[in-house]
Amino acid sequence: MCGIVGLFLKDRALEDRLGALLSDMLVTMTDRGPDSAGIAIYGDAVAGRSKVTFQADAPSTAFADLEALARKVAGESASVRIKDTHAVVELATSAVDALRDALQAAPQGFRIMSTGETIEIYKETGLPKEVVSRFDIRTMRGTHGIGHTRMATESAVTTLGAHPFSTGPDQCLVHNGSLSNHNNLRRELSRAGIRFETENDSEVAAAYLTARMKEGRNLGEALEAGLADLDGFFTFVVGTRTGFGVLRDPIACKPAVMAETRQYVAFGSEYRALVGLPGIDDARVWEPEPASVYFWDRSAAAGSALAA
Amino acid sequence: MPAFDLATTPIRDLNQALHAIGQGANDRSFEVRNPRGSHAVAVGCAAPVTVTVHGPVGYYCGGMNAAAEIVIHGSAGPGVGENMMSGRIIVEGDASQYAGATGRGGLLVIKGNASSRCGISMKGIDIVVGGNIGHMSAFMGQSGHLVVFGDAGEALGDSLYEAKLFVRGKVKSLGADCVEKEMRPEHLTTLDRLLSDAGMSGARPEEFRRYGSARRLYNFNIDNADAY
Repeated sequence: MCGIVGLFLKDRALEDRLGALLSDMLVTMTDRGPDSAGIAIYGDAVAGRSKVTFQADAPSTAFADLEALARKVAGESASVRIKDTHAVVELATSAVDALRDALQAAPQGFRIMSTGETIEIYKETGLPKEVVSRFDIRTMRGTHGIGHTRMATESAVTTLGAHPFSTGPDQCLVHNGSLSNHNNLRRELSRAGIRFETENDSEVAAAYLTARMKEGRNLGEALEAGLADLDGFFTFVVGTRTGFGVLRDPIACKPAVMAETRQYVAFGSEYRALVGLPGIDDARVWEPEPASVYFWDRSAAAGSALAA
Repeated sequence: MPAFDLATTPIRDLNQALHAIGQGANDRSFEVRNPRGSHAVAVGCAAPVTVTVHGPVGYYCGGMNAAAEIVIHGSAGPGVGENMMSGRIIVEGDASQYAGATGRGGLLVIKGNASSRCGISMKGIDIVVGGNIGHMSAFMGQSGHLVVFGDAGEALGDSLYEAKLFVRGKVKSLGADCVEKEMRPEHLTTLDRLLSDAGMSGARPEEFRRYGSARRLYNFNIDNADAY
């Protein structure tokens, strides 16, 4: 099954409540998948600065090493914020590649979950309510976010196998379904220079969209291309720094409900996930069409949507 | 009149109360508030009761219904009226996937749109949809009627048996072995009765087109052996 949720705010007045609203949505979906849970939050951007989210199995020792490494690579302006098994390093955007290279040259007890100007990803095995509380998601503010609670089918129940998957800067994807051509696609994308962390099919979908966007397509166009190249069952919710997209495969057997008001666009595997949102009783609620790309972008005029 | 507020009362209390109605019971009109997308609201009703639900419901509302009249003032999640046997379910809003799937009897009215696989494997149920229906609707439908005021999605009536389909709008494509058929007087009479039973005015039977099985897939055909 799996449960997925997403919330894209149009009204800045709601930004302080993003973490709390998204947490409630995800916890409501707990009975769709109890194996692991994760959330991506797009927070505030600081010019010239980036965030790298790390995860460690033994955070007490690993994150001391991380702090030392970050300062060595990016100088004293680098800061490390530790939350349970995750840590967010904030540093000059120009130093991100150097940090990644240093890590690749000498692997440590921590792993990169996401990089970008605004994205932070928190994911672990366990129930949504535990994950949300371990990482204090409810207090987080931001512009948009997506979440996932997993019933594993395609690969092991591990932290890295949890969603969201991030394969490019400020990009992430959650998936309900299963892909049937992910091994072939993984080989093709590997040849194109993309590195994979897991055997998971959903990571391939994320990497596929990253590859298309690297070619210059926007999120909507990348999703459109995915309809031709991805085989299997999927409902995807995808985030970029300014964008929020939804795509269902042509068979569309994985459930999906969307709601839009003047304040937000929301996605849930079920309507239950949306009932706590402000003004939901007056929202436009609909089921996204199969094989149709739904895509919103913050850089576009507020409230405008491209639904192909 | 029994009333259940699902914001404070477990769904099982509602369903157990509905299942416990005995012969001669006087309380036959139930009110349900705050369903908030709950699953399995009023499933398995076997007594002639009226259940009025105020708000949207989740999976399988009114599943296996026999005899009850269930009115949903809101939208319905996947599988509304699944395998219903008799009675009536009215959805004032939209319905998600496989509404009325495998239904054996009774009437399911969806005043808004229905999603994919509406009436899949229907076996005697009558379904009237005020809006559009999604792809693969009435797949392997065996008997009963599906009436659609709006448009039908791809592959309508794929592998159809003897369910009768009436669509007023456009059909995106017909599924394997589903063909348009002549609308004869007896079909107009049936349609008139269904529209009247559903309380759906605003369309005359003559505005619909009829679709049914070409009956070419009923039996294994030795000429098709190469296809397997």
